[in-house]
Amino acid sequence: MYTHTKSVTPVGQPRRPRRFRRGVAAAGALALSGLAFSALPARAHSGGTVNLLAYSTPKPAYSVLATDFAKTKGGAGVTVSPSFGPSGTQATSVVDGLPADVVNFSLEPDLAKLVKGGLVSSSWDKGPTKGMVTDSIVSFVVRPGNPKHITTWADLVKAGVGVITPNVFSSGSAKWNIMAAYGAEIAQGKTPAQAQAYLSQLLHNAVAQPSSASAALQTFLSGQGDVLLDYEDDALYAKSKGEPVDIITPPQTILIQNPIAVTKTASPAAKAFLAYLLSPAGQTVWGQQGYRPVLPSVAAKFKFPQPKTLFTIDHLGGWTSVNTKFFDPQTGIVAKVEQSLGVSTASG
Amino acid sequence: MTDVGATVGDLGLPGAPPAPAGSRPEQRRWHRRPPTGPHPALAAAGRMAARIGGPALAVTYLSLLVLLPLAALATNAFSGGWGAFWRAITQPEAVAALELTLGISAAVAAVNSVAGLAIAWVLVRDDFRGKTLVSAVIDLPFALPTIVAGLTLLALYGPNSPFHVDLAGTRLGIGVALAFVTLPFCVRSVQPVLAELDAETEEAASSLGASRRQVMGRVILPSLLPAVLAGAGLAFARAVGEYGSIVLISGNIPFKTEVASSWIFSLSQSDALPAASAVSVVLVTIALFVLIVIGWARRRFNVPETV
Repeated sequence: MYTHTKSVTPVGQPRRPRRFRRGVAAAGALALSGLAFSALPARAHSGGTVNLLAYSTPKPAYSVLATDFAKTKGGAGVTVSPSFGPSGTQATSVVDGLPADVVNFSLEPDLAKLVKGGLVSSSWDKGPTKGMVTDSIVSFVVRPGNPKHITTWADLVKAGVGVITPNVFSSGSAKWNIMAAYGAEIAQGKTPAQAQAYLSQLLHNAVAQPSSASAALQTFLSGQGDVLLDYEDDALYAKSKGEPVDIITPPQTILIQNPIAVTKTASPAAKAFLAYLLSPAGQTVWGQQGYRPVLPSVAAKFKFPQPKTLFTIDHLGGWTSVNTKFFDPQTGIVAKVEQSLGVSTASG
Repeated sequence: MTDVGATVGDLGLPGAPPAPAGSRPEQRRWHRRPPTGPHPALAAAGRMAARIGGPALAVTYLSLLVLLPLAALATNAFSGGWGAFWRAITQPEAVAALELTLGISAAVAAVNSVAGLAIAWVLVRDDFRGKTLVSAVIDLPFALPTIVAGLTLLALYGPNSPFHVDLAGTRLGIGVALAFVTLPFCVRSVQPVLAELDAETEEAASSLGASRRQVMGRVILPSLLPAVLAGAGLAFARAVGEYGSIVLISGNIPFKTEVASSWIFSLSQSDALPAASAVSVVLVTIALFVLIVIGWARRRFNVPETV
């Protein structure tokens, strides 16, 4: 292989260049043969590779799911090649050309970017689960034994309670948190103005606004704050790893719905993977990993705590309207709340 | 190296064959056509290519890697027009983040210049066991992934600090993180200049009756100042763009501990790339301005650029 790299060097050439060239040739040949070898297993399988692009949180779940999928009929010989990262970044990189067959995001607007970019069919949400693969809720994560007795949304805005929630402009999970807080106030009969005032109090108590959900968990585990607003599944995973946390289900909270889709160019293997993720078998694994299954028949087998009031983003106007109204970095409600807090911090 | 032709010939390098013995003083061998060497015109072209090719290569490389992305950044920043650019950089949260970043970066560059000078002094002038190790350790902040540095700093100076020093969510915490990542610049800029410093000048000053303090103030420091400034400039430029080491310990609270890079990241995540680019353009412009001023100051002190 690559015999042309072994071309005879004319006699009388200076020594160093020759040796150098030979070294390069050897390195090149090595690299190429390495590539060839690494490509071999993929060719040996008939199923091919599924490029999975997902947000950060379900990484541990997908390692179990991929193994389990390989044991199914549709998954025999299929390699799932995953990539995890912040939901927004992942969506942008797919639009910019990163190859993807199955995409799973934290929130629907990220999938909408792909629909807008022509990469995902606009009928992606027409299936029985309306395009969602998992559900979860926004929970309170507190110190063991809940020393500050935090059980309701009102407890979060008491003096001396340190709240940690990621920065809304950089984290999808933070958007769920803010909408859970806002919606909980509405569910308790407050007016939108009162609910907005609550957001101001909540962010006033924020002792850290890390850039992502995982950074927020790190910050909380480092000892900062009294309560962390987090995905229930992420909190359950932390607890399962033995982290010293208690999980409180607030009386009112939002139902988190995570969208999934195949791209227009997806192979049959990718479609089989999606079908598996939505099948009773796949949904059972999701449930074991701390996610609320979207199939009612599977969900019934798990005993997730039921909050008194559970609302969805559609109750608050849907993502398109909420994103502009709350989360525009220049004109959104949260930007204004932060600004007024910043001004009051600076003057007082 | 005044006579390049003679030097090349003496070294016996290809291009100019060794001249017969005895002919050296009379003949300018470079201009004699060698029997097997390249034609003089070719040789001249080669030299010309080397003279032009070097800079051309450098400029091309610099363009592809630095100038082109910066131009793209600027294009992106102004993609919404001047109005959008202005709105993005005058937005209160952006202004607060920029002020915080530039203020802390300047303070850290100043502190580290003094500390870096002291460390460089110890490394050059003092001998002690483990000096090589200390010297190697100084460069480690370069190698350490900044997010790991951030985690480590949070563990050391966070709420669970073994020293009971809680800097989490404070501006001092940001300062400590920046001081950590920028220290190597300040030490490594000064160290070689200090090592090259002519000891005889100091001895002469002493023998002429200068006190130790006068030698320091009039002989050593003036020679080191350009190097110290260079280190400070690099440290400042690095600090304004730093993200990983700060993001955890700062708590990232808007208007309080949110640095510019973090605000830029948030904007990019919120699909506000033109605004993110606009704030970046401000950062880059200020860093460029500072580097130019420092370059001017170094020339003004009339000491050759050694670093």
